[in-house]
Amino acid sequence: MLIVVTLTMVVPFVWMVTTSLKEPNSTFEYPPQLIPDEFNFENYQMLFTLVPFGRYILNTLFVTLMTVLGQVVICSLAAYGFARLKFIGRDILFILYLGTMMIPYQVTLIPLFLIVFGLGWIDRYEGLIIPWISSAFGIFLLRQAFLGVPRDYQEAARIDGASEFTIYRRIFLPLNGPALATLAVFAFMGTWTDLLWPLLISRSPEMRTLELGLAYFNSSTSAFRQTNWPLVMSASVVVMLPVLIVYIFAQRYFVEGISLSGVKG
Amino acid sequence: MDVPRRLSAADTYTPSKRTFWQRFWSRSNERAGYFFVLPSFVHLLIFVAIPLVFSLYLSFTDWRQPNPRNALFIGLENYQFLFGDRRFWAAMRNTAYFTALFVPGGMAVSLLVALVMNQKLKGIYIFRTLFFMPVISSWVAVSIVWITLLDPQVGILNYVLQQFGFAPVNWLGDPNTAMIAVVIIAIWKGLGFQMVIWLAGLQAIPQELHEAASIDGASRWQGFWKITLPLLAPTTFFLAVTGVIGSFQVFSPIYVITNGGPRGSTDVVVYHIYLRAFEAYDFGYAAAQAWVLFGVIFIATLIQVWYRRRQGDETAF
Repeated sequence: MLIVVTLTMVVPFVWMVTTSLKEPNSTFEYPPQLIPDEFNFENYQMLFTLVPFGRYILNTLFVTLMTVLGQVVICSLAAYGFARLKFIGRDILFILYLGTMMIPYQVTLIPLFLIVFGLGWIDRYEGLIIPWISSAFGIFLLRQAFLGVPRDYQEAARIDGASEFTIYRRIFLPLNGPALATLAVFAFMGTWTDLLWPLLISRSPEMRTLELGLAYFNSSTSAFRQTNWPLVMSASVVVMLPVLIVYIFAQRYFVEGISLSGVKG
Repeated sequence: MDVPRRLSAADTYTPSKRTFWQRFWSRSNERAGYFFVLPSFVHLLIFVAIPLVFSLYLSFTDWRQPNPRNALFIGLENYQFLFGDRRFWAAMRNTAYFTALFVPGGMAVSLLVALVMNQKLKGIYIFRTLFFMPVISSWVAVSIVWITLLDPQVGILNYVLQQFGFAPVNWLGDPNTAMIAVVIIAIWKGLGFQMVIWLAGLQAIPQELHEAASIDGASRWQGFWKITLPLLAPTTFFLAVTGVIGSFQVFSPIYVITNGGPRGSTDVVVYHIYLRAFEAYDFGYAAAQAWVLFGVIFIATLIQVWYRRRQGDETAF
């Protein structure tokens, strides 16, 4: 049974890669040919001349990087406040944050778009990045990790005259590497593969992310009756490869992040 | 806004006699906390709280384009119209159909795989790595690959079916099977995720229980139904709730693979709302639809919680 399931899981990926290596514009043979007779890299060359995929990659890299950075910084700051500083109204505020996790994104999507529109951030990096640089989920995740740091560390540092910010930066951040990495991976995944938000914000082709570029590329090629599948597949490979590489190196954090979170649309 | 606060060592006199501001400025209120929380609070306010209130307001207007001057407050008209809107309820029915297929189907398949994976075989982590790949893959790329796999003439799936003597199926072209095809893709993509959650649940079950049961003469089948499944109840619950919530929000595969077709058979609610808002620019009505969706998700979650409570589980929220 394991073999059947494994085949089911793997064949689509193999199919994607091998199809991308078939001759451009070649149609599918029947019966399907999983491994082509000869490998052909023309599609990849064609891809980068035909569509600004290089630009898409840069856009996606930049947007993802900034979002991840924002999430790690803003969420960890808030998490330290919630986990280790007793200020008036803290618990009520935290419950409020948790409450926002239950709201499905569709409810806020339209006004969020209108706010971004009002701010003049349509078709700009700000619009793609800033609405997502903090999340209640990230704060919750990091707060749980920060609660596990022994109180003595904080108190000892205070006696030595360290400011709260120093304690946060010098003690809490270094001690919670895995939790921060989990959040980073999570934000990375969510941003890199997001389709709906870039679809709303990006207008010009120069502002498209990979995911959006691929969706457009797919629908524009299929408009010509005969889709150039090998070419579309090579685009899919280009979109998927970076995530898979990051995944293989940071597997632990992916799996942890997923088991912690639950929801992924 | 007088918040009861836990007593700390710094409180040497009764805090109740001090006013809010006295306590606010006292040394035991670690005001640095406000600065730590401030950036996230500003963000939450602008990008979550205000949109939430704004969205409720929108749903009572006939806001038709991104221009506030045209917005007319029309009270409950959107909602009244919505209850008679057959296309919206068709989308709701399609979503329910997707959920009814995806949640139990996905959970059963992934549990089966998790049970196999839970045996300590050599190199099992390689399988975990492989099974998890679709989870982190882009929905668009995955969808494109599956469009070709499901092709009625030259797709691999039909080829395999024909080898076993089945008739070829026009998966995405037939209104009767299009949703099933999308569900198959969704199960394939979510398998690794659900499997990881099941595995975490399975590994929390003490091995001694199974040993004791087999000494008492229980078969493996009985062990599964009487020990494994009941002890997995929290995991089952978690996957069911998140599965239902996720199913009601499915968008990307519909957008890429079917565009809601053929003949509206895969027009799910979020896709429907997306079309209403961002193709028809009918923001007010779309917002009302989003709130009804929220209500349905909320009720579905409550029912699941209630069901678990009735089963005598106190841990359900």
